[in-house]
Amino acid sequence: MIQIENLHKRFGKNEVLTGVDLSIDEGGIFAILGPNGSGKTTLIKSILGMVIPNKGTIAIDGVSIKNQWKYRREIEYLPQIANFPNNLKVKELVRMIKDLRQRPSEEKKLIDLFELEPFLDKKLATLSGGTKQKVNLLLTLMFDNTLIILDEPTTGLDPVALIRLKKLLQDEKKQGKTILVSSHIMQFVEEVADEIVYLLEGRIYFKGSIEALKTKTNQTNVEHAIAAITNLQN
Amino acid sequence: MLKILKYSFYDLMRSRWSYIYFLFYLSLGFILLFLNNDVSKAVITLMNIIIVLVPLIGTIFGVMYYYNSKEFTELLLAQPIKRSSIFLGQYLGVAGSLSLSLVVGLGIPFILYGLFRSDAIFDFTLLLITGAFLTLIFTALSFNIALSNENKIKGFGYAVLLWLFLAVIYDGLFLMSLILFEEYPLDTFSLGATLLNPIDLSRTLILLKLDISALLGYTGAIFRRFFGTDQGLIVSLSMLLLWTVLPVWRLLYKSKKKDF
Amino acid sequence: MGNLPTRIILFLLFSVSPLCAKTIPVCIDCTIKSVSEGVAAAADFDTLLIKKGTYKEFNILIDKPLTLLGENYPVIDGEDQGEIIRIVSDNVTIDGLFIINVGTSYTTDYAAIRVVKSENFLIQNVVLEKLFFGIYLEKSNHGKVYHNKIIGDAVDEYNSGNGIQLWYSHHVTVDRNIVQGVRDGIYLEFSDNVTINNNRSTNNLRYGLHFMFSNDDVYTDNTFENNGAGVAVMFSKRIKMVGNTFMRNWGTAAFGMLLKEINDAEISNNTFEENTIGINIEGSNRITYKNNDFINNGWAIKVLGACYTNTFTNNNFLYNSFDISYNSKLNDNVFDQNYWSNYTGYDLDKNGIGDVPYRPVKLFSYIVNRTPETIILLRSLFMDIIDFSEKVSPVFTPDNLMDANPLMKKAS
Repeated sequence: MIQIENLHKRFGKNEVLTGVDLSIDEGGIFAILGPNGSGKTTLIKSILGMVIPNKGTIAIDGVSIKNQWKYRREIEYLPQIANFPNNLKVKELVRMIKDLRQRPSEEKKLIDLFELEPFLDKKLATLSGGTKQKVNLLLTLMFDNTLIILDEPTTGLDPVALIRLKKLLQDEKKQGKTILVSSHIMQFVEEVADEIVYLLEGRIYFKGSIEALKTKTNQTNVEHAIAAITNLQN
Repeated sequence: MLKILKYSFYDLMRSRWSYIYFLFYLSLGFILLFLNNDVSKAVITLMNIIIVLVPLIGTIFGVMYYYNSKEFTELLLAQPIKRSSIFLGQYLGVAGSLSLSLVVGLGIPFILYGLFRSDAIFDFTLLLITGAFLTLIFTALSFNIALSNENKIKGFGYAVLLWLFLAVIYDGLFLMSLILFEEYPLDTFSLGATLLNPIDLSRTLILLKLDISALLGYTGAIFRRFFGTDQGLIVSLSMLLLWTVLPVWRLLYKSKKKDF
Repeated sequence: MGNLPTRIILFLLFSVSPLCAKTIPVCIDCTIKSVSEGVAAAADFDTLLIKKGTYKEFNILIDKPLTLLGENYPVIDGEDQGEIIRIVSDNVTIDGLFIINVGTSYTTDYAAIRVVKSENFLIQNVVLEKLFFGIYLEKSNHGKVYHNKIIGDAVDEYNSGNGIQLWYSHHVTVDRNIVQGVRDGIYLEFSDNVTINNNRSTNNLRYGLHFMFSNDDVYTDNTFENNGAGVAVMFSKRIKMVGNTFMRNWGTAAFGMLLKEINDAEISNNTFEENTIGINIEGSNRITYKNNDFINNGWAIKVLGACYTNTFTNNNFLYNSFDISYNSKLNDNVFDQNYWSNYTGYDLDKNGIGDVPYRPVKLFSYIVNRTPETIILLRSLFMDIIDFSEKVSPVFTPDNLMDANPLMKKAS
């Protein structure tokens, strides 16, 4: 589904990605992990074409994404920080995104799921962080696309919403979709992810299943395994 | 692009600042006309306001909008939309709503006053066209500055500095060089220097209507040919157009290479 | 002609004429076929009735008191040979002729009609085209030039003449003439007590009206438009200029009115509109400017050189690029109770007079006088700031030059 070869990205003097090679197959949930500043968001944004790499290629379904934009029709993306035009109401934002994408959507189901009904007529500026994140999720997941990319989807969510999100992701996975998730919450990763991509200092440090990670680090707990892998490196 | 334009425009039309801007021009128009009762005088006062205030507001508003809508832009960037469409749409949304506030805000009092029956209509139309151009130009310039500066404060500072330079400092330097080199023939130089600054250009365009008597008194042949004919009007308008197109082009070019 | 009814009418006319003067018809088919023949045949105080037709004649000498009356504008075509009519007798009237093709010369000032040392002449309803000089009065007093139309096609000053020229001619009235396309519309040299009213002098190469060494003249209600320069008044005394309109005299050295070495004149109720310079004043003293309107001029008034004890009151200065320009720091002229559209002061006591004085001279006008190209910075924010600082503390402009009582409303 996604092939990344030798991806480099530099912001000024700061080398964020230093040769990422990554291949993600169709179907399943992939967690992108790594310490702060390891380049998770940069990698995701590169896939979306929001960050222009200095070197390397990214191809989706065998087609390079360079200078393209239409391929984004097939991608649902949840940005890390949900900040929307403050003058708009939730309802209007939903209508706007639908208008922009021109795709069938199932916002009704998601509005019910995240209990957003009472907020539809409120302006985005008045919403709490958690509610904003729910709106963010709604906007991302209301379409039916084969590739879903979520950057820190759990931020600010209450436990109920979190459980529902997990269920939702499992449902999507069952439909054969490819889901990329970046997260700091190891418990969440452990519960949903089939495979882990571990980024460190701009490179893929580990790629494989959670089991493989545990075996490799001789740990029984994912959190410790991650800590161990970081230590191994040092 | 039209969709982005629609949403940016819609967004701005609902913001308080557009109303303040609109109301400012509306009340200005009414005060000038109904307290003064003299269209010619009102046009002169308006000219002073347009060549000073309109660029400043375009600059500040452009920078403010760009930084404020950064997240919105990022949201859009993840959507299947061309980058140039996003930026062009946003730019046109801001510049368009500002121009509209200006034209409608000033237009209403003047129409109510009975402008169509006055022969100042041409001067007034020219004033509005110039004002709209200055809005387009300075919004584009400020978008450029904001795009190149991640730091809000810095971007804001540069934008205001740019305005200050083009509105005041440029003319100071211009005047100094004219006086310094007064023994040389200077008409080509002064026309050239005027064309290079959109504020001076707009001012000259209006001068062609208001102060033609004084301008025709000058000896230089190039000057007189420029001011004496429609050539001046055509050259000035096309330069204003160029001043609009170039920053917009750079905006699109730079936006393609930028990371978000 | 010469048919019976006409003869009867003419006979009746003769019989009632107290002077017993005859009317002699002139036409192609008459016994008298040319104007010259007519003059030769006529006795004093006769009338030559010149019928419609074209008479190719020049150097017509009128040496006795006659009336030349054209019927339906007969054409007298000089065929560019030289002067056409010369009057050397008193009491001559020329009426209703169409005179064309006056000869051009670099040595002699050929005119369509020249009056020499004669009095009580009347030239009216004459149309002149393709001329060199039009009506030339030479040492001729007490005459009237009335309702003529002079249409020249002058291109260069050196080979063109003036429309109406007065040379040593006093007590003449020039009224309701239209003069265009010549060098000077109306030119006076050493001519005193002349009255010039209701004329229209337009599109002339040099001046619409030009005075040289002529005193005690009056001109009122004339219009001077789009001339090289409107009116030049030079080296003359006690000229009254009332109710004239000076419009659109545009160009490097163009002005509505030029005053040079003029003393004791009165300038009132005139309108100066859209001229490069409204009035250009050099070395002129004791002039009263009252109730004039200066509208949309580049410079309403430009003062050069020594000008003393002039007073400007109740004038309207409307939307001029510059109201007053001075080239010295000295000022001996009085500006009082004028209306200035650029005035931004207030009137708290509501007496119709602004509470702060108005300074009509801007620093910028000094700069423009020095470096003309700087005109391009007119109305720029930078210039406004500079002008403002000069207004607050005058350094370059005469600090006593101000209107202490600026009007809040237009003077009527």
